[in-house]
Amino acid sequence: MEFVSPEGLRLDGRRPLEMRQLRAEIGSISKADGSAVFEMGNTKVIAAVYGPREVENKSQQISDKALVRCEYTMANFSTGDRVRKPKGDRRSTEISMVIRQTMESCILLEKFPQSQIDIFVQVLQADGGTRSACINAATLALADAGIPMRDLVTSCSAGYLNSTPLLDLNYVEDSAGGPDVTVGLLPKMDKVTLLQPDVALPEIMQMDSKLPIDIFENVMQLAIEGCKAVAIYIREILLENTKQLEYRRGK
Amino acid sequence: MKETQITLNQTQKIRLQRALDTLHSLSSKSLSDASVTVADKIPVNLNDSSILKGHGTLDLDGELISTNCGIVERIDRLVYVRSTKSRYIPETGNVIVGRVVEVAQDRWKVDINAYHDGVLMLASVTSPDGIQRRRTEADELNMRNTFEEDDVISAEVRNVQNNYTAQLHARSEKYGKITHYTDFLQLDRGQLIVVPCYLVKKRKQHFHQLDEYGVLVILGCNGYVWVGELIEAKDGMELDISEQTHGGFTKSEEEEQHTTLLETRQNICRISNAVRVLSILGFNITLEVILEIFDLSRSLDVEIHDMLGGEFCVLVAEREAERRSQN
Repeated sequence: MEFVSPEGLRLDGRRPLEMRQLRAEIGSISKADGSAVFEMGNTKVIAAVYGPREVENKSQQISDKALVRCEYTMANFSTGDRVRKPKGDRRSTEISMVIRQTMESCILLEKFPQSQIDIFVQVLQADGGTRSACINAATLALADAGIPMRDLVTSCSAGYLNSTPLLDLNYVEDSAGGPDVTVGLLPKMDKVTLLQPDVALPEIMQMDSKLPIDIFENVMQLAIEGCKAVAIYIREILLENTKQLEYRRGK
Repeated sequence: MKETQITLNQTQKIRLQRALDTLHSLSSKSLSDASVTVADKIPVNLNDSSILKGHGTLDLDGELISTNCGIVERIDRLVYVRSTKSRYIPETGNVIVGRVVEVAQDRWKVDINAYHDGVLMLASVTSPDGIQRRRTEADELNMRNTFEEDDVISAEVRNVQNNYTAQLHARSEKYGKITHYTDFLQLDRGQLIVVPCYLVKKRKQHFHQLDEYGVLVILGCNGYVWVGELIEAKDGMELDISEQTHGGFTKSEEEEQHTTLLETRQNICRISNAVRVLSILGFNITLEVILEIFDLSRSLDVEIHDMLGGEFCVLVAEREAERRSQN
């Protein structure tokens, strides 16, 4: 199947190096300490952060830093076929752990000993790149909650189809079977905090699942550029939100 | 933004936007210049080694960066980032309202919307008979007669420990001395409203008795606001002491006979909704503003449940814009 037309257009009309449209909203869940909705094209994700607050299970509390819990779920209606098991299945558990480790690397946990920070992320519409959208939404929600962080964590995915590196894959491109990688980046510090490749298995003899190292580097670099673009957008949104809160409350 | 809670039609949206734009133009420009987000560099003269790096800042590779979203404040040599929205950080002397979550051996654990639950020691509450004395085991066993789980109490922060845990003591506002504990401390006829804590500023007075409406308003610094019935204080010595130590049965019988007037209940609801409207719009919550909204809703004959609707919220925003531009 052709994922990049001879003119250089992808299935949804984008150029290979073009990201999908980003849209973010902060403070959607009024009961949570921090919340955000993040959209990357048709992928829509909502994140809620509670904390730092008293640990529910005293046996789990850590004496010198905060405990971070993360739960990733997909709404039943988020994919084409109704999702049967929203949480508890292997994929959700794995992604929960990935998001937790990514956020733990940037939150200043030592400031809140013996307390707990809960991050809940739910996918409302899944169209590829849900992992990245969840990390971006979690970053926004943590910033909204006023939890101090070393840096914003942003995430983006990139792949390689029809001998072209493609940025920000949607569901069709993601399930095409080509190799792709999700990258999480701390933009200011320029440090990669998450690198998850998804290399296809050699199901068909002709299918080349091996990716030469220079092409892999190319694809990874493309994803990093995508992360930086997301960071610029997130930063704008947060700055606008801060200014708005300030001028509204008055003196 | 919180406006997603209220539905507005097209004209209301335009009016609200216009009111907010007025507020924006009235705010000082220096404030918006000093806004930072996470990992923004804070402009500071690093050669000056006497700069004190306060909350919300992080020294990274010789640069000072912000760890929170907020406003950079500079007081003398101290540079810190004041984060707008965050959980309540207790300070000594703050009056707070909280909900009891646990009755432990010689203390109560109180939820105060902070990083940790507040701790109210048994010794920090007046004993049932009013005499200042050492607490005995009988007192510990009778703790539930004073406060139980889910009770709403008002207290003052006595001191703050290293990990931001607040030690509380229960205080009564009445005449500045600690009188009978059921008068003010335990609040059970009214509403507890949760607002963002940055909207409630530290003032001299947090307890407001509105005699003409029969309402008591407590603006807790932690963002918990109590709006309840104003009960006339009974003289502590009048009540039989033995009645109290024998459990809460006598107390509840008395309370059952006393029902709140309809008008008082309506006033409580109206004032609560006024607080909610302020919280939705993100304006500072002070008693004057609450009473202004209360009067506005009564003068326009707005139904109590309509106060949370789009039209009234837009009116309040426009009123606030007017008020601030006049100041």
